[in-house]
Amino acid sequence: MKQRPWLFLLPTLLLMSISAFVPLITVINYSLHYIFAGSIPEFVGLQNYAEVMGDTRFRQALLLQLAFSFMVLAIEIPLGILIALSLPRKGRGVGLSLVLLGIPLLIPYNVVGITWRLFSQSDIGIIPRVFSVFGYEYNVSLQSVDAFLTLMLVDIWHWTPFAALLIYAGLQAIPDAYYQAAQVDGASTWKTFRYVTLPKLRPVLTLGILIRFMDSFKIYSEPLLLTGGGPGNATTFLSLFVARKAESYELGYAGAVSVIYLYIVIVLSYLFFQVATHSAKEQTV
Amino acid sequence: MLRQENLLPKPKTRIKKKMATIELKNLYYSYSLHEGDSAFSITDLNAIWKDRTANALLGPSGCGKTTILNIISGLLQPMSGAVLFDGKEVNRQSTRERQIAQVFQFAVVYDTMNVYDNLAFPLRNSGQPEKNIKQRVKEIAELLDLTHLLGQPAGKLNPAEKQMVSLGRGIVRKDTATVLLDEPLTVIDPILKLDIRRKLREVQKELGITMIYVTHDQHEALTFADHVTIMNKGVIIQVGTPEELFLNPATPFVGFFIGSPGMNMIDCEVKNHGISVNGFSLQISEEKIRKIEGLGGKIQLGIRPEFIETRKSPGDNWNTFELTLVENVGAYQILTLEANNLRIKARVDDQFKAREKDPIQVHFPEDKVRFYHNEKLIT
Repeated sequence: MKQRPWLFLLPTLLLMSISAFVPLITVINYSLHYIFAGSIPEFVGLQNYAEVMGDTRFRQALLLQLAFSFMVLAIEIPLGILIALSLPRKGRGVGLSLVLLGIPLLIPYNVVGITWRLFSQSDIGIIPRVFSVFGYEYNVSLQSVDAFLTLMLVDIWHWTPFAALLIYAGLQAIPDAYYQAAQVDGASTWKTFRYVTLPKLRPVLTLGILIRFMDSFKIYSEPLLLTGGGPGNATTFLSLFVARKAESYELGYAGAVSVIYLYIVIVLSYLFFQVATHSAKEQTV
Repeated sequence: MLRQENLLPKPKTRIKKKMATIELKNLYYSYSLHEGDSAFSITDLNAIWKDRTANALLGPSGCGKTTILNIISGLLQPMSGAVLFDGKEVNRQSTRERQIAQVFQFAVVYDTMNVYDNLAFPLRNSGQPEKNIKQRVKEIAELLDLTHLLGQPAGKLNPAEKQMVSLGRGIVRKDTATVLLDEPLTVIDPILKLDIRRKLREVQKELGITMIYVTHDQHEALTFADHVTIMNKGVIIQVGTPEELFLNPATPFVGFFIGSPGMNMIDCEVKNHGISVNGFSLQISEEKIRKIEGLGGKIQLGIRPEFIETRKSPGDNWNTFELTLVENVGAYQILTLEANNLRIKARVDDQFKAREKDPIQVHFPEDKVRFYHNEKLIT
């Protein structure tokens, strides 16, 4: 039977169609219609897309999202490397430090959002109190910068352990012989890091950056619970922007934004992946 | 840990002639301190490797060879005992100060650099002027046949070339007096192994360095080294030239470990001024009998398969065995012979014609027979 290979793929394809294809096609279908509460959907072609592209609030949300992702990445990855390097490599400390690092990863997004909302609340939170000692009036519901930086801090707190764990695993996989050789060759600590550790971590770093980029690009619960997208639109990231449109029953418009959103994530991830693997090939293969 | 900053300035060393006679004295090492004495992997070990010699450290896996190598290079610190270089204790010196290069089982190259930069790396680390580096790298590349690869990224090379680069990084420093090789040919194609071994010998002679080559492969050890040290379970059992190890194994272990197939070891007794083996008797000279008579306990007779004589016609001091298996290995054959619950192996040339189940006459030439008592060679 010539079609036999497909039989084996069938379960996967079925699962994927339920989890991805069907919703995706539904969204694409929505995005091509004008839909408003209760009315009969009317096919409008690419009109929604044109509208989205011309919308300055969409562009603002996108820029905000990009800025957020790149900034948290620029901090989480180097910080993750530092933490991973400072963890013990042998002995009893290993288990303990891995568990401690893993704790933030176990907390659900919405709990994180609510916890930090309490931390940052202007009347009872600990963060405003600390800042008031230094004479700074911290207020997430009034100061755009405060809101944005607080969200960054939340993301960094929540996800740097993930980067650290990933990098730690990568470090453990580097054979001792490389460090011994570097020692024999008289390499300094920095040179050992630069020519042994970093090149060997490359695949892990690529993976870590990709995952963290895609994740942070979709951040939703935290800004929703902590700032509600405000003050003004200062923390209305793309995800919140889409949700707002959907909530206000502009389903066709929200569909178009979603499709564009997905497209951007795919393109950026693909580009990044290409750059990372290509330069790795040039140097190692 | 990887820091080399406390490297003392060396104004007094000038152009001291590099030398390296390596000596280990009463060395102890354990990987797990808290599990009692039985956990010692090296116990009271003494050894010496002379300057400018090619040596092999041979033993089965897990016998402590690599541990010793790492103690010599300073990557591991012994629990007690001394590491001496030319008579001076170097326990506290770094690998670099000991003027040692080490080549590992899996070739270590810096993937992100090309071959030239790899070779130049140790020189740059010690802050030499780029002009000298260029000249030295060229010399070494030529010696190791790497000249045509200098511009290539090191990650692209095949395992054999990578191993050459890692050797090159070791010997590029002019002060390198010792090269330690830790099973360097494990991942190399069989066809290239011979070339590399020859190259290693050439480098050893050309540069006059002391080499210690760790391996579990007797063939590699015997063909590479002038002096072979045999280890088992953390103890050195015998040191000698390949010939000595072959002719006079110090213990049954060495006899069995060296040679393919290994030495035949047979339990025997002294009876009526002769040797009795499972009902056979061998005539042995008075002189030898006197040495083993009255020792008590178990006496073992050892004879190499190569030295066993075989023929079809019976004779005095020849015993009848049944041929149970013939293994043809091209240029020679290995015969398995059995009689009276005794099984021995003999190595004969390809001219020997016999079929399985044939009776074969067997003779042990006296000058090739060795006797062991309490795991030690008596005569």
